[in-house]
Amino acid sequence: MANYILNINGKRLEVEVDPSTPLLWVLRDHLKLVGTKFGCGMAQCGACTVHIDDTAVRSCVLPVSSVAESKITNIEGLSADGDHPVQQAWMEVDVPQCGYCQAGQIMTAAALLKQNPNPTEEEIESAMNGNICRCGTYLRIKKAVQIAAGKTS
Amino acid sequence: MSIRKTKIGRRAFIKNTSLAGGGLILGFSILNSCSTEKEKSMAVKEMPEEWFEMNAYLKIGDNGLVTIMAPNPEFGQGVITAMPMIVADELDVNWQDVIVEQANFNAEDYGWQFTGGSQGIRRRWEGLRLAGATAKAMLVAAAAKTWNVPASEISVAEGILTHEQTGKKAGFGELASIAATMEVPEEVPLKNVKDFTIIGTSKKSVENKKIVTGKPLFGLDYQYEGALVAMVEHPPAFGLQLKSYNDESVRAMSGIVDVFKIKTLEDGFKRGYFDTNAFTDLLVIVGKNTWEVMNAKKAMKAEWEPIADSKYLMDQFGTEVEVEVPGGLESTTDHYAKMKEMASRASTVMRQDGDPEKVFRNADNVIERSYSCPFLAHNCMEPMNFFANVTDEGAHLAGPLQAPGLTETTVAARLGIPVEKVEIELTRMGGGFGRRAYGHYAVEAALISQQVKAPVKLIYTREDDMTFGIYRPSYYATYRAALDENNELIAFHVNAGGVPESPLFPNRFPAGTVEHYLAEQWAIKSNITIGAFRAPRSNFMAGAEQAFLDEVAEAAGKDPIDFRLELLEKAKNNPVGEENEYDPDRLAGVLKLVREKSDWDTPKPGVSRGVSAYFCHNSYAAHVLDIVMEGDRPVVQNVVCAIDCGIVINPDAAANMAEGAIIDGVGNAMYGVLSFKDGKPEQTNFDTYRMIRHTEAPKQVEVHFVQNEVDPTGLGEPPFPPVFGALANALYKATGRRYYHQPFNADHSELLG
Repeated sequence: MANYILNINGKRLEVEVDPSTPLLWVLRDHLKLVGTKFGCGMAQCGACTVHIDDTAVRSCVLPVSSVAESKITNIEGLSADGDHPVQQAWMEVDVPQCGYCQAGQIMTAAALLKQNPNPTEEEIESAMNGNICRCGTYLRIKKAVQIAAGKTS
Repeated sequence: MSIRKTKIGRRAFIKNTSLAGGGLILGFSILNSCSTEKEKSMAVKEMPEEWFEMNAYLKIGDNGLVTIMAPNPEFGQGVITAMPMIVADELDVNWQDVIVEQANFNAEDYGWQFTGGSQGIRRRWEGLRLAGATAKAMLVAAAAKTWNVPASEISVAEGILTHEQTGKKAGFGELASIAATMEVPEEVPLKNVKDFTIIGTSKKSVENKKIVTGKPLFGLDYQYEGALVAMVEHPPAFGLQLKSYNDESVRAMSGIVDVFKIKTLEDGFKRGYFDTNAFTDLLVIVGKNTWEVMNAKKAMKAEWEPIADSKYLMDQFGTEVEVEVPGGLESTTDHYAKMKEMASRASTVMRQDGDPEKVFRNADNVIERSYSCPFLAHNCMEPMNFFANVTDEGAHLAGPLQAPGLTETTVAARLGIPVEKVEIELTRMGGGFGRRAYGHYAVEAALISQQVKAPVKLIYTREDDMTFGIYRPSYYATYRAALDENNELIAFHVNAGGVPESPLFPNRFPAGTVEHYLAEQWAIKSNITIGAFRAPRSNFMAGAEQAFLDEVAEAAGKDPIDFRLELLEKAKNNPVGEENEYDPDRLAGVLKLVREKSDWDTPKPGVSRGVSAYFCHNSYAAHVLDIVMEGDRPVVQNVVCAIDCGIVINPDAAANMAEGAIIDGVGNAMYGVLSFKDGKPEQTNFDTYRMIRHTEAPKQVEVHFVQNEVDPTGLGEPPFPPVFGALANALYKATGRRYYHQPFNADHSELLG
């Protein structure tokens, strides 16, 4: 067990956990930030995507010991009131079906637009390729990213 | 306008006494789903001080806000929005003033709360309309009484009651307290289709805001003070069972509370239809948090032993069936060898018209082809999980379930308490696709909570989820067609089977179009468990049949759409047999619509097109799928889809579901496979089980609905099965090769010869 003071969604939060605990379970179990989802536990599906210093990472394989000093943002901290352009675009296009993967999709999309405000269709597909949507909302995701790109650039 | 007796769902209308306060609103207001400032400014109503319950489906606040209950579990098909839309339309309330709440399981109020079989909207259509229309009639009666005018002179629109002659006007909120005390009318008028104001207009999901901001919605997000985390360990292979285990080192691990065995179903228990379960003896690890329990699970030492042949009794909705479970460790290679052998023999005849064998003997041209598909795992993105708190007072459960009614029965029987003592909260499901109709994980959670005497959340890892069973079966079908010298189809034969069930539908197209017809089936017993998977059986048969018909049309020198339409013309004017399931006009209708919308008759250079059409779950769907080759990689450029599912409640959401079905179909046809070696699933997570991803999805999908006034039928499943055929047919045009065996990207020739 070790003590960590984490910088999550702009707040400093303290947890006492085993250093090997993946960030995903620190968020979900210890901090009750359940917006970040568990899908595969091996960085294959993207449901657990969060931002570490504005980069999209898979929190299910990231030990908490490796992120102690970083700025961590999860879906609950992406915006104050769900008004991030990507979240707005997701609602405008009515993207979700079951909705379970969408927090991860949104976090990947938001990180993409931060780095590349005007991605091509191919760049969107390629950046989003690590996020599985079992319901098959890929076309709406692409459309929402394009709409959000128009608003962030 | 039509007058309907209100006795359908009448039980739900009995509770019409006014309720003070209204309690905590757990639901999600459309107000919260507003995505733009403009929408927000339109939504001005605050929460009311008092709610008045009109019936189990709706209550009206003193300021005119209306809470509508969504009765069926939501797994992405959109019923949490579409069902309240139906109620709201007949009530004539402004959709902006509607708050939607997910109902918990409550059979007395809501009857059969089942999500599956594309039956939700179809079965609830009249009941939901009556719920809205009855409440409206009570509001009208309240206005008539208050204003002392005839009810027939009162009009209602957007939550306002008006009596034109006297100029009197009142909002729903002003009359709700009186309306709630009015008699429930014996019969009420329902609207004409042309008078719908909400049905048929696109409304965004009432849960979007919660989804995009990561609010707790799903079973896995369920929070309960002091809840422990549990995981289970099941045998690593089908055909094995738990022999012994050693938990010494595990018990000492950090955060571990208890380790024990449970038996989900007692031997001799008469199982319900959704009690499918290969692994009823499980090891359980309970601890304080997920990561610690996961580590303990990995460290657990267990020995497994082979199962013997066995049998169990199943109650298939009133019919008692004995199910045989063979022992042994099965492999995919053996499955295919056995299926091929079974397919070469005469099987159980399910339908015969005319004298097919004689016609085949004398035919000018006989075409014979065989098709197969592997097992598939559902792979819902949210792994199976459930919360349970079993105390002396009863069992409180919460989580993702498609068939809560049947799970409740099993939970009660297994805990040894009456069903009245089992309470099930329905959370949003992170996918279902049939998988969550099988609620063994809820029973497991209840038994674990009972044993540890604490609230418990049971969580499956992805590996647990993928290897527990309840799969789409592996199927095999052989088709034969006989053509005469004029290239007319004169005989048709289908012989289909699978492990462990047959996929055959003996009375579907092209049955009814051919004078000489034979449908046979067979099955191979297995200990690998199967369950409903989006459009069960149809999800294989549609692809096989539609690919075969494409080849027959080609042999007859006919355009594939013309060929099908000619057959459907026969089925309409001169049908063979009386058991044909489909309406030839509606099946032809979607083919004609897809032909028009895809501009089928104008060839596009560089584009290879395949067509397919199928009837299932009371609805009709046809696709034209375009492939463009990029080097030797086929890219699905566009899919045009035509669907006849009657009246469409929420068109854009319906299109979303059809788009998803098409992408799901392309994914499973191209890549989907769950194979076995010595009883062990060879794919255990997304590193080995290939799911379709962004770059592989069709670049564009266009969805068109046939406009008619037929009562709504299913939509979740019907657009899925025909994708497999349209893809196979387009791939043939693109590559010159016919694809008979799924997944199309794997070469199965070594298995099938």
